[in-house]
Amino acid sequence: MSGSSTVNAMKKVVQQLRFEASINRVKVSQAAAELQQFCLQNAHQDPLLTGVSSSTNPFRPQKVCSFL
Amino acid sequence: MANEGLRDNETLSSLKNESETLKSKLEEERAKLHDVELHQVADRVDALGQFVMKTRRTLKGHGNKVLCMDWCKDKRRLVSSSQDGKVIVWDAFTTNKEHAVTMPCTWVMACAYAPSGCAIACGGLDNKCSVYPLTFDKNENMAAKKKSVAMHTNYLSACSFTNSDMQILTASGDGTCALWDVESGQLLQSFHGHAADVLCLDLAPSETGNTFVSGGCDKKAMVWDLRSGQCIQSFETHDSDINSVRYYPSGDAFASASDDATVSTSICLPILTLLLFMCSPYTVGRLLFTGYNDYTINVWDVLKGTRVSILFGHENRVSTLRVSPDGTAFCSGSWDHTLRVRGFLMYVNIGLLRGIPVTYRGIRPYMGIVGPIPNDSDSGFRIYFRSSVNLFPLEK
Repeated sequence: MSGSSTVNAMKKVVQQLRFEASINRVKVSQAAAELQQFCLQNAHQDPLLTGVSSSTNPFRPQKVCSFL
Repeated sequence: MANEGLRDNETLSSLKNESETLKSKLEEERAKLHDVELHQVADRVDALGQFVMKTRRTLKGHGNKVLCMDWCKDKRRLVSSSQDGKVIVWDAFTTNKEHAVTMPCTWVMACAYAPSGCAIACGGLDNKCSVYPLTFDKNENMAAKKKSVAMHTNYLSACSFTNSDMQILTASGDGTCALWDVESGQLLQSFHGHAADVLCLDLAPSETGNTFVSGGCDKKAMVWDLRSGQCIQSFETHDSDINSVRYYPSGDAFASASDDATVSTSICLPILTLLLFMCSPYTVGRLLFTGYNDYTINVWDVLKGTRVSILFGHENRVSTLRVSPDGTAFCSGSWDHTLRVRGFLMYVNIGLLRGIPVTYRGIRPYMGIVGPIPNDSDSGFRIYFRSSVNLFPLEK
């Protein structure tokens, strides 16, 4: 009984591995180039990189401080 | 009987052989495709300049460690959950608490905001994920409207709505992930494959398909097909528990962070190993934010593989981090019971001095030194000020 359940478990493992082996893969150089292109294309839309003017920044401080 | 045993043994050993062969074939193929490192490809890209992010709001109110947080799509509200069993919905602009719910359990490890902004989901040691509709009617008791959606056999570690309020994806200490229908509480799909607790999950950006990635205590990061329940790929590149996974905005890659102190960026097909040190990441295109046990947050340049900034301010371990939906700010939650919302420094006057401690009335300066920032010719130190919400405006 326990023998056949181990066999079933192994069958599942092998099935999964066969599936993963059949996946189409690309080279890192290609994937990295696509990632880089995405980054650079979207950089101008990224507020953390380009900044947001104080008047539109919702998190700007609410009042001005005074100094000693 | 004896014959069956023999047959089982033969089958078992041939299966084991096949599995070993397939595994080494997989490794070989991945190694072949790994022809270059990401930072080599990005060699000609300009390095990022100086980077200072100031704490804009500190959200105080939790009585114990903040474990999880999520932004609302309106970019202003957020929900946070804590070890003390409380789940709070905040308006990050005003720091007001708009809703608060006490869960029947402690260690609320997961919380999520519904895409419509009309509900939140949370869970933890109660092994469930519950949905609370948000109502502004003072007479209604939020806890009374609670709907139990997910049921696991161990703690809930992560939850997320899919593109609508109708479905929730959960990850649990019972080693599985599951997709549930909110209205009926019905299990739509379950995801089996992790050999230990699943600690985190992240859905792929909706435009790129129906997949999600999960990370677990078995050191594996697994990519799943939401509809079929099939594991599409699994990655075993870490040496310890994977605490956090996040899809890259393009949907083609994801980052995983582990207790083994590394962050890996895995492009969904081949594998790339990048950087060092970690707890939980969030990506916005070029930048990767990671929070640590040493109370800091590091900001990395994804393309160059270098650290751009270190942010201080929390007084205990950083447990959760998310960038706001429009990218104007990010929020970190910590075991110091607070959440901090940070944006970038807009004006240069206050606080950018070289190594000189300055005292201003009403503001306690926090001496955090950021730098030396790599790839930058200016090697001076900068002082990073923390401005706590208690100190604005100054008392007359």
